[in-house]
Amino acid sequence: MTLSKRIIPCLDVDHGKVVKCINFLNPKCAGDPIELAQRYSADGADELVFLDITASSEKRDLMCKYVTGVARAISIPFTVGGGIRNVSDARLVLCSGADKVSVNTAAVENPNLITELADVFGRQCIVCAIDAKRNPTPADGKIMVQTAGGSVWFEVVTYGGRKPTGIDALAWAMDAETLGAGEFLVTSMDRDGTKDGYDLELTRSISERVNVPIIASGGAGEPKHLYEVFTQGSADAALAASIFHYNNYPIPLVKEYLYKMGVTIRS
Amino acid sequence: MTHTVIFDYGAGNLLSLKTALEKTGLTTSIGTTAKDLIQADAIALPGVGNFATSLKKLNPIKETLRTKVSEGTPLLGICLGLQLFFESSQEGPGDGLTFFKGTVKQLPNVLKVPHMGWNTLNIVKSNELLDGIAEGTYVYFVHSLYPAPQDSNIVITKTTYGTTFTSTVAQKNIYGTQFHPEKSGDVGLKILKNFAKIITR
Repeated sequence: MTLSKRIIPCLDVDHGKVVKCINFLNPKCAGDPIELAQRYSADGADELVFLDITASSEKRDLMCKYVTGVARAISIPFTVGGGIRNVSDARLVLCSGADKVSVNTAAVENPNLITELADVFGRQCIVCAIDAKRNPTPADGKIMVQTAGGSVWFEVVTYGGRKPTGIDALAWAMDAETLGAGEFLVTSMDRDGTKDGYDLELTRSISERVNVPIIASGGAGEPKHLYEVFTQGSADAALAASIFHYNNYPIPLVKEYLYKMGVTIRS
Repeated sequence: MTHTVIFDYGAGNLLSLKTALEKTGLTTSIGTTAKDLIQADAIALPGVGNFATSLKKLNPIKETLRTKVSEGTPLLGICLGLQLFFESSQEGPGDGLTFFKGTVKQLPNVLKVPHMGWNTLNIVKSNELLDGIAEGTYVYFVHSLYPAPQDSNIVITKTTYGTTFTSTVAQKNIYGTQFHPEKSGDVGLKILKNFAKIITR
């Protein structure tokens, strides 16, 4: 017996409602966070991730309300991310009932945030989210990775994919681990919303370089893609949204497929 | 009504444990002082924080806690809460509660640490805390250290991740789980219901 691979539905939340974005643009409405959390939990989800894309002043109040609602409704772990910029933002989310917080842009701009958060709350509840995009242009000091599509490096993009940073995602992951990240949520911006499968080279390249768990994200379109990312992509967990939201592939069906393929799955 | 006091070391999410215990029919409150503990019918030490930091918060109530436990008040320690039952920890300095002989050790680096996710219970001894829980059941773990008890009689379950470690202990009115029952779905709720049954009988 061994640790099982985790299946993690992701719920993008805007103004208290779950939405799904195609390539991080064009929100499309899908439902109530508490209702969906209960459904996924009953379906056998191993964990949940909420990414809050609300950009307004009432955000914090809205966030606490559904985070507490979700914490009362389910008894599996869940992570909340989106706009967490400091210890007090994180404390609010954790004390509202979340188990982990994920930080992205704020940590890229201020890497010490990871250490501050890990010191207060413990590294196990700090998820470092990295949005990365392939860049085929060789540059000084970048870690080039041989892929089926040629040699590339992975560039960190921030602000929901809008801002290229020139930072190497693999180097950033190694730094963030040293700073205190307890887990990585790695999203391929090339694959996000495409349903063409995860960027296996991206997740594997990061997984090989750090000694904390990796959640792969971006591109899941069918159960086979989860199998690929657990095996070839060396991921510890797979995050997906639309394949679950629209009930194309319910979680029990995905788990049954993975189990038959020999992946260790919680039944 | 039987009342459970959840001790707060001041670092993170206690709502999940509070909600889960309330789902079993218990009333709960969050406590930080010796006075809070005195009225408790049961006490829970939750699993958020760091060994040394939590010991500092625990020090002022240590004697009250020891007295309550020696009088027979049921005590449930989860994750770090369980680790505090032992003598010392590789996580940081300080004397634990020493309900049990043994230390808390770092998980080997052969696999990714923290050990995070769902892993199985190998039941080595029957105990009422695990009534109705089958061999090989999945529960949720998130930890980098594990308890190494000297007395094998207190070991109820073991789990394997890089090494095989003790994942549940019990002796008399003291119960501890290295996993998080409050995060282990229906299985976890069943375990907490068993704890509630122990308190209320």
